[in-house]
Amino acid sequence: MTRTTDQQTDSVRILVPTGMLGAGFAESTVERGIALGADVIAIDGGSTDSGPAYLGASKPKTSAPQVARDLRIVLKAAAGAGIPVIVGSCGTSGTDSGVDWVAGLADQVMAEEGLDLRVARIYSEQSAADLKEHLDAGRTHPLPPMGELSVETLESCTHIVGMMGHEPIVEALQGGAQVVLAGRATDTAVAAAYPLMMGMPAGPTWHVAKIVECGGQCTTNPRAGGVIATIDAGGFTIEPLDPEAACTPSSVAAHMLYETVNPFSMREPDGTIDVHEATYTALDDRRVRVEGSQFHVADQHTIKLEGARLTGYETMSFAAIRDPRVLADIDGWADLLRVVLSQRVEQTLGLGPDDYAFDVRLYGHNAVLDTLEPEAGPPREVGVMLLVSAADQATATAVAKVANPLMLHLPTADMDYLPSFAFATSPAEIERGAAYEFVLNHVVDAATPTSMFRIETKDDHA
Amino acid sequence: MTNDTIALGDLAQEVRSKNAGPFWVTMELFMRDEASYALAADAAYVNEDVVAELYGVAADQVQLFRIPSLNVVKISYPRPISQGSLRDRDMHAGQHHVPLALVRVPAPAA
Repeated sequence: MTRTTDQQTDSVRILVPTGMLGAGFAESTVERGIALGADVIAIDGGSTDSGPAYLGASKPKTSAPQVARDLRIVLKAAAGAGIPVIVGSCGTSGTDSGVDWVAGLADQVMAEEGLDLRVARIYSEQSAADLKEHLDAGRTHPLPPMGELSVETLESCTHIVGMMGHEPIVEALQGGAQVVLAGRATDTAVAAAYPLMMGMPAGPTWHVAKIVECGGQCTTNPRAGGVIATIDAGGFTIEPLDPEAACTPSSVAAHMLYETVNPFSMREPDGTIDVHEATYTALDDRRVRVEGSQFHVADQHTIKLEGARLTGYETMSFAAIRDPRVLADIDGWADLLRVVLSQRVEQTLGLGPDDYAFDVRLYGHNAVLDTLEPEAGPPREVGVMLLVSAADQATATAVAKVANPLMLHLPTADMDYLPSFAFATSPAEIERGAAYEFVLNHVVDAATPTSMFRIETKDDHA
Repeated sequence: MTNDTIALGDLAQEVRSKNAGPFWVTMELFMRDEASYALAADAAYVNEDVVAELYGVAADQVQLFRIPSLNVVKISYPRPISQGSLRDRDMHAGQHHVPLALVRVPAPAA
């Protein structure tokens, strides 16, 4: 593993313009970061937060115009300043096609802007066959709350990615890349790679990488845009790029809580970030100094896997109820809907409970928390969402169509007339297509930090 | 002493929840001051068993962090319903803080 460099430097400044490539930011954000002496621009391009469909189907959450717009600003600024750009988890899930999608947009932007930056693509997709070898050799381990991995689970995935640490990114940079477009990477590796390559200490580097991963979220105005952080031998200093926003010791420390199970200790492929002893001090009214962060290198380098598999095809239908007589016992009405729908599906389609599944969600009543809902009381109106899942789209839609007259007219048990409810759309049924679920939460003991990833530079494609 | 009670959410600057990866939910009570933090951090009112009861999870899987320097109580638990599955109602687990925010504690003296 190479972490040294010919260049000697006392500090490294990381510019993070936004928490997600494509989310948008003011052009002045990047201009200000460059003026403050940024050495690298790092942007996260993905996440699993929005659910399994993006990995399962290998499609991005963002649109091409959103990503191209952000890339244009960043690539122009980086080319002007002569600093590298690192994008992680390209295409939301970091699949190989996600990397190629972002690379295609970058090529297009560079052609339009007359830029000629050397681009490296780092692929992180994993084959079930390769992973089976790791499994058979005892090199895979579950993370809580998951159980042991099985071959069937691996083979059921439509896409599997490994989360890279900083090392493949460092290798690409050392190979001369000015733009690194990485597949699935830890949020932190994207920001940590360049400072680690420049010899900055691991503790402050990993800690600041976690703090900046969501852009301006560690400031007093999360909507204000990005941040710039300076890492040196003793710690790091962070400030917002919007002159009107501020970082305070609380806003910075609180970001360690965000989306983390444990706010003091976080595992990376190379080891564990430990911020138990970190101190947060205000330098002035908008800059914070952090010292005392530690990083404990692990005995075994591990790569975390993410995988998603197809669960079926879904069809949705949505109607609304306003009549207080029905709303007075909306749970009773929904129970009746479930029973009658199951009967009609059996009668008309000949399908039993194992052939399909459905969920009735009462928006305005308890749709969000369901059985965990602590409050009661009649709602003023309720949206009834029916979500049907089946092995194929036609079956899911057929079930939703059987439900259609019920969602239009089903009376309560004590009504002697047919009410009519308020469908939101025509046709009422909306085919959602394939649905997925995450099934992997396991790590692989990797031979080397780069062995599971493939780096290609632009020249290879030419 | 008064018998009046108040919801933790009414003593907090912010109560929030969020997915922490696909398999965990994490929540934070950002309390307004030391006095309200003392109530949220009091194991008599918020503990692993209370969280297990509120969210239908096993108490021994609940992780609870009391952070006096930030007046924060942070709670993490494994997501009982697979993210994005047919019965998942809250993709980012962003609205699951509400039962926690409604936990009642003795009202601080005015």
